Amino acid sequence: MVTLSSDSRPIIGRGPPLGARFFVLAVASITLMVLDHRGGYLEATRSWLQTAVSPLYAVVQSPFQLWDWITGTFSDRDRLRTENTQLSEELRTARVKLLRFDALTEENRRLRAIRNASQGIGERTLIAEIVRIDVDPYRHRVRINKGSDDGVFKNQPVLDAFGIVGQVTSVDRKGAEIILISDNEHSVPIQVNRNGIRSIAMGTGDIHRLSLPFLTIESDVKPDDLLVSSGLDGIFPAGYPVGIITKVERDPAETFAVVEARPLAQLDRSREVLLLWVDQRAEQPVEVIPEAIPTTTPGTPAPTAPTAQGTPAPPPAQPRQ
Amino acid sequence: MADGRSSGLRIAISVIFALIFAIIELPDFMNAARPHLLLLFVIYWSLSSPRIAGLMFAWLCGFAIDVIKGPVFGQHAAAYLLVAYLTHKFQLRLRIFPIYQQTMWVLVLLVIYEFVVFWIDGIIGPAVTTWLRWLPVLTSTLLWPVVVATLDTWNRARR
Repeated sequence: MVTLSSDSRPIIGRGPPLGARFFVLAVASITLMVLDHRGGYLEATRSWLQTAVSPLYAVVQSPFQLWDWITGTFSDRDRLRTENTQLSEELRTARVKLLRFDALTEENRRLRAIRNASQGIGERTLIAEIVRIDVDPYRHRVRINKGSDDGVFKNQPVLDAFGIVGQVTSVDRKGAEIILISDNEHSVPIQVNRNGIRSIAMGTGDIHRLSLPFLTIESDVKPDDLLVSSGLDGIFPAGYPVGIITKVERDPAETFAVVEARPLAQLDRSREVLLLWVDQRAEQPVEVIPEAIPTTTPGTPAPTAPTAQGTPAPPPAQPRQ
Repeated sequence: MADGRSSGLRIAISVIFALIFAIIELPDFMNAARPHLLLLFVIYWSLSSPRIAGLMFAWLCGFAIDVIKGPVFGQHAAAYLLVAYLTHKFQLRLRIFPIYQQTMWVLVLLVIYEFVVFWIDGIIGPAVTTWLRWLPVLTSTLLWPVVVATLDTWNRARR
């Protein structure tokens, strides 16, 4: 039984009655929700408030950082040496691959120049660390430790070493929130790498599964096909790996096949992600079909009906450095 | 009264503690069952120091949760407000209930809270419909007697 502290409410009420206060605050919350959700008027406020709570994040983060520091300082020499050998080994193979890649890039540029379709790849990346903060078990959002102070912007593509991780949904000065491609409010326009079939990979809320609901039963897809981003949304640059098809079920009675894919990026394991700046001056919009990909912001009524899909908020490509 | 300031301090400390608990990383199997500690504190303080912990206090706590993890501002604020309103409305009864009966009431309040949050989720986007979503209601209810015992002891020690 809750003990009452000595400052109990006087029997004759003070101030406005309970019901009136409830009503005023309820109206305030509904106004906030409408303003934030329908209008998006509170972007600046959100970013400001997120900055204000960042000390809290720092407090939560500190024991982990201390532990990392301790293990880092006292890790023994043998382990470091094996790690070093292993890393230089990896670096060597990567260099060799890169040599070939350089040649291919050059060739690609020449061919594109011939075709006069300049889709140059002028890119800059920045490594960000995922902060150990759990936002919500059902919404696949994570926080990173780079914010607008580092030039991070909304809708910026985020990758890891294996593929596309997601995009930035909100930025404050010291950090940013990322929506993962597996979130059920997110979708990526993709292309089957083998034959160029375009479709949309939607998050399912399951971190190991993407769904591709708009492939007809006649489409030429099969398990183990690689999916790459198609760049149609103007957010994710074209050609980055997204996932591998795991399941194709064709029911002759249906129009659409049931196709599922597994994200390539290590969504649940990576601690470090890459923020990507695409040089938009070089990247001309590639046959953007606005009707095909209606735009929604993350957090707007994310469509359940198969008519209105799209990656969250692809705004027209804006020039970035 | 002199007690007002010190219980204000205790409320502030407990709120900060609950906010940290709301975002700290838990192992995966516990993550889905993370209790709504802040909501329990709001109910407790609404019963024990109703003058300080009024509706505005509950609303601000909900708003803080919105800032940390909400998809939209006002969602948790509204849910906290409703719970605090009901608590204040029935506080005279709630306060004298034996603990098991009080826990039942808290269960009802938590169900209402979860329902409001779920409902607003459904309005703004595809809501998560798995039954696991109701797990925090259960864990929070089980935590209520512990919260009452702990905070009561703390209050008495400081009185």
